[in-house]
Amino acid sequence: MLSRLRIFRRMGSREERDPIVLGGGRRAELRDHQKELHNFQMRLVASAGVVLIVFFLLLIRFFYLQVLQHDYYHTLAENNRISIVPIIPNRGLMLDRNGAVIAHNYAAYTLEITPSKAGDLEALINELATVVDVAPKDRKRFRKLLEEGHDFASLPIRTRLNDVEVARFAANKFRFPGIDIRARLFRHYPNGEVASHVIGYIGRLTQSDLDRLEDEGLAANYTGSDFIGKVGLEGRYEANLHGTTGFEEVETDANGRAVRTLRSTLPVSGNNLLLSLDARLQEVAERAFGERRGALVAIEPSTGGVLALVSKPGYDPNLFVDGIDPQSWDALNTSPDHPLNNRALQGVYPPGSTFKPFMALAALELGKRNPHHAIYDPGYFFLGGGGGHRYRDWKTGGHGMVDMHKSIVISCDTYYYGVAQDLGIDSIHEFIGQFGFGRRTGIDIDGEAGGLLPSQEWKMRRFQQKWFAGDTISVGIGQGYNLATPVQLAQAVSVIANKGTMFRPHIVRHIQDSQTNKLTSIEVEPVATIALHPQNIDLVRDAMVDVTRPGGTAAVAGAGAQYRFAGKTGTAQVVAMKQNEKYDERRVQERHRDHALFIAYAPAEAPTIALAVLVENGGHGASAAAPVARAVLDFYLLGKEPPAKPGAREEDEND
Amino acid sequence: MISRLLAFLGRHVDRHLLAAVGALLLVGLITLYSASGESVSRVGAQLANIVVALVVMWIAANIPPHYLQRLALPAYLFGLLLLIAVWRYGESVNGARRWLHVGVTRIQPSELMKVAVPLALAWYFDRYEAVLKLRDFAVAAVMLLLPVALIAKQPDLGTALIISAAGFYVIFLAGLSWKILVGLTAAGAVSVPLLVWPLMHDYQRQRILTLLDPSQDPLGAGYHTIQATIALGSGGFFGKGWLNGTQAHLDFLPERSTDFIFAVFSEEFGLFGNLVLVTLFLFVIGRGLFITFNASTLFTRLVAGAITLTLFTYVFVNMGMVSGVLPVVGVPLPMISYGGTSLVSILFAMGILMSIHTHKRLVKS
Repeated sequence: MLSRLRIFRRMGSREERDPIVLGGGRRAELRDHQKELHNFQMRLVASAGVVLIVFFLLLIRFFYLQVLQHDYYHTLAENNRISIVPIIPNRGLMLDRNGAVIAHNYAAYTLEITPSKAGDLEALINELATVVDVAPKDRKRFRKLLEEGHDFASLPIRTRLNDVEVARFAANKFRFPGIDIRARLFRHYPNGEVASHVIGYIGRLTQSDLDRLEDEGLAANYTGSDFIGKVGLEGRYEANLHGTTGFEEVETDANGRAVRTLRSTLPVSGNNLLLSLDARLQEVAERAFGERRGALVAIEPSTGGVLALVSKPGYDPNLFVDGIDPQSWDALNTSPDHPLNNRALQGVYPPGSTFKPFMALAALELGKRNPHHAIYDPGYFFLGGGGGHRYRDWKTGGHGMVDMHKSIVISCDTYYYGVAQDLGIDSIHEFIGQFGFGRRTGIDIDGEAGGLLPSQEWKMRRFQQKWFAGDTISVGIGQGYNLATPVQLAQAVSVIANKGTMFRPHIVRHIQDSQTNKLTSIEVEPVATIALHPQNIDLVRDAMVDVTRPGGTAAVAGAGAQYRFAGKTGTAQVVAMKQNEKYDERRVQERHRDHALFIAYAPAEAPTIALAVLVENGGHGASAAAPVARAVLDFYLLGKEPPAKPGAREEDEND
Repeated sequence: MISRLLAFLGRHVDRHLLAAVGALLLVGLITLYSASGESVSRVGAQLANIVVALVVMWIAANIPPHYLQRLALPAYLFGLLLLIAVWRYGESVNGARRWLHVGVTRIQPSELMKVAVPLALAWYFDRYEAVLKLRDFAVAAVMLLLPVALIAKQPDLGTALIISAAGFYVIFLAGLSWKILVGLTAAGAVSVPLLVWPLMHDYQRQRILTLLDPSQDPLGAGYHTIQATIALGSGGFFGKGWLNGTQAHLDFLPERSTDFIFAVFSEEFGLFGNLVLVTLFLFVIGRGLFITFNASTLFTRLVAGAITLTLFTYVFVNMGMVSGVLPVVGVPLPMISYGGTSLVSILFAMGILMSIHTHKRLVKS
């Protein structure tokens, strides 16, 4: 390059140039300065034209962006600038009828990982474990939440940090990108397992929850929420408990740092639930079950308010609050005792002999029995008078002469076989259906089963089979196709206690507005009134009182009571007996033993509590279920604390 | 006394050009104050740059064009040497090898070439004015492409582009035949995908791909374009007002004091501000073209034309990049963007324009 340039230079100035070298033909043209200048000027003008055109195009672009598209870009700039930060409302509390707190919130620090910001999660958690304790349980829960696909959300790795841990993490925070410390409100159930099936629990919002909320148009209110009521009152009253999410409009810079708050809408706390439940009674009732499985529903007959609702075994709802770890979940799910099943609402059992008072009322009201007419009970009943199928009484040899009063007191099966035969299935279905059998009570917890009160039409629909006369006989003693839930039994016995007035069982009495403290009460209007002749209902009620007195089936449980109480024992078969087989409790496996039932109300003359008790595989209603009822009644009516160690085990052995 | 001093100082200064340049510098300072987050020290530093650049401009205005003509080739050769040195021994900053350590300081030879290349080309054409043939244009093309290749290799796409443009303007104004121009343009259009594309660095390719669809990579390569377009568009007709640009003040705009300062200006002063700014630039360019038109020698005509059109190129490329119609290349907005080096070279060029305008009578006489 250099040498070439030098060569050019040596070629010299204009004067030295030899025109011959260039050829004569072009000389004149090349020398024409005027034309050259003109040429140059034309090019300059062309350039000026290009300049103008280009600037004009730029201005068009500016006009397009700044005028035509202004609104669009304005929105983008605002979205850039303003982020909406949800403020999660405080969840409503639950208080029992005496004002004792059974569900509340407390603030605690959690460590949360945002997976999208963190790199190698496993390594990060291992590193974290050097600073604060991370139990295997925490890891498992985290992994489970991760698998559920909450990629963008932050997931808790540790909850409820103590002050030392908070300080230790804060000092090392720089080592943990993607892990943040957050103050969160946690749900807490101070009574642990007690009333777990009533309260239910909250759990982490899942995708299916979000989809459902989206369908209901409620998703916006759950922005930023991590939890939602899943079952029990927490699930049923979610709309009341959750409250309204507040929002803060924050101006943020490009790094997401908040610069200032532009506007905020405060959250509205969820409303409190004031329950008819008596937490202490509930605890007494649960303790009375000891280790046995079963259910108890106690109702205030004058309102339908549920005083206690037990399903044993229960579970600790606190386990669910920050996402249950898989181990605990598996344990609850695979336990043969099915602790997650709410037996009080979902368990359907043959009502057994607790069905007899209703049969008696049906017979009296429909004129099929004269109360003073006695039959002779030989210990069995032949369908159609003789020669047919033989139905046994529970007592071999029978009860001798039995009138209606005695039939209830000693629970005579033979008497009711006859009553059932005379009434016929459709009369039974129609009359006893009034007491709520065969349909949901409408209690304010989801998942209730409807039970079954059979009819001809039902059997045809269900089995495409006609009803046989024999089917009716076992229905008369609450067996056969009969199935009832404990809450149905409790509602039905309340109707007897009320002499015919029926209320819908409910757990929440009032909803307290979190802002105004104003109470909204749950309707206590009767849902139905069954027309019963006073002499008929009085006869049945008197007989039920005598059940708990000497000579009655629950005499042992009633011994020494300082109040009069009415009851009826029941025993429901789990495994059907062969025609001539004798049921021998000792020879039957524990899980094949009969279920023990007991319904009761007290004080007999002006009942303030009515209840139904079921002890699964408890054996006899008198020995297994009635004492539980007695303990509950003693506490509720007399304030008598049962002994710390329940006698349940002992009684089991005595059976 | 004072009037005589002013007369001495103003003798070779073109007042029209000075007024427009001064207005632009003022707009730059006002915008910089906002873009820097109201940093007085930043504005102070730029003010110092302006003082230095104005002195350089005054000096350039007082250098008669024939001195520049004499200096053109040595400056070009010196610059070429330095570029080769950078290529061999340069210092890498942010993955680009642009700087050369000279004793205590480091210099960026490509800045020198911005002026030296058009000067040298103008010198060459002026020298062989009478006998311009295709071969001369070929030589000129080589003189241009050598430094451009070295700079593109650093890589510094923006500067390479500006120098190519400056050199091209000289060649174009010198009278390269339209047929060849059209032919070269067509060849270029074909060769870009075939030859240039494979030679480009990944990030350079990315910038071009991003231009086609910025939303492909909104947080990466497309981020600059997207945020700058948002700034412009959200400014509307009258803008958000000085110091009120949210895109700028909340850090969404990258490089908002330097290459993207126009986005800040446009967000705060809107389309109206843009019209004013474009008018100012048009005035400077128009004045430059006027000076070019009246220049007395081929050398001065070519130099003045190249300077003016290069300035236009700066403005157009920068505004096009900020408004999202051109790829992101590191080209500052002359006299508005923060930074001493580019300011000095721009005002030096303005000084040359003034010199050409004010010395022509002397040359003619």
